[in-house]
Amino acid sequence: MKNPSRLFSATLFAVFVASSLFVAPAIGAAESGLKSLRGAEIQAPDTESADPFKGTKDSAPIERNYLQQPPIIPHKIDGYNITIKYNKCMDCHAWSRYKESGATKVSLTHFKTRDGQELSNISPRRYFCVQCHVPQADAKPLVGNRFKAAEGLR
Amino acid sequence: MDKHQQPPSGLLRRLLAWVKKTGPWLIVGLFLGGVLFWGAFNTAMEYTNREAFCIGCHEMQENVYVEYQNTVHYSNRSGVRATCPDCHVPKEWGPKMIRKLQASNEVLHKILGSIDTPEKFNAKRLELAKHEWERMKKTDSRECRNCHNFESFDYGVQGRRSANMHQTGLNEGKTCIDCHKGIAHRLPEVNQSIGEINTEGATPREFHPPVEKKDAEAVK
Repeated sequence: MKNPSRLFSATLFAVFVASSLFVAPAIGAAESGLKSLRGAEIQAPDTESADPFKGTKDSAPIERNYLQQPPIIPHKIDGYNITIKYNKCMDCHAWSRYKESGATKVSLTHFKTRDGQELSNISPRRYFCVQCHVPQADAKPLVGNRFKAAEGLR
Repeated sequence: MDKHQQPPSGLLRRLLAWVKKTGPWLIVGLFLGGVLFWGAFNTAMEYTNREAFCIGCHEMQENVYVEYQNTVHYSNRSGVRATCPDCHVPKEWGPKMIRKLQASNEVLHKILGSIDTPEKFNAKRLELAKHEWERMKKTDSRECRNCHNFESFDYGVQGRRSANMHQTGLNEGKTCIDCHKGIAHRLPEVNQSIGEINTEGATPREFHPPVEKKDAEAVK
């Protein structure tokens, strides 16, 4: 009676070990086989990763790369809201505020209607600053490129 | 009384007489009772200083409390949270009692339903915000400074902009609320005269109150 039961349990154990050896790598392979169209691995991270756009420290104004480029924002804008009631950007960059805040003042081009009529204050069509002006992040380009600044600005 | 002996001062004498009359045990009892009463009073007062209690009677659940949950004072890197009373109730006993009494007016308006919808609240937001700005300005932003002591600022660790602005601003005699408005709740409309968009609301003078020059006052 003893021997058959031992044999049975031994086989069970062997099957279990074998299955874990063969099946587990298969699952792993299936997971690592998932790739995005650009060839990047796409697996759910085990833990929540830190915000990749965090850590852009304040710096001096950043040079433009081409003429007519909207100057990019050289500082953090976390929690800076632009609502219909209040525009946080204009609290420092407006002509009435820039001297006290030491910020760059809004360009003269923003004081015109789209028909070119001059206004005495910033045009509402320029209200949503971050539509053109963006903060910077130390992010790797997804696709390689050979972009260079315009010749006159190098 | 006895004239050949220098009597103890009147107050002390009366006190000793009173102790003899009432008996030491009763006095010990009174003392303990006082301690217990004070403890109970303080516990009750602290009970009213909890966020859940604030939400119960001040109109805030659908507006300012939700707004606050998106800010750094609610959730941040190191998990230090400032709750309602940290900013809105003074720590010192006297000012705390006065503030608590003043704020009971808000309970009345909770019952009346003066601002019980987001629309009604937003219509009043400017006025309510101005009250809080004025209160902070009067006390030199006392509740901010309970945690943010600018004598402990390390300007080397602060960002470019903050290090500059803090030093110039504080030297000019500005206080926290002069610049840091709308950090825990949404701002009311502010008049920045951009086209026809925001031309109402808080005036530039209200939003950036001019600094009273300390030196100029000293000369006067």
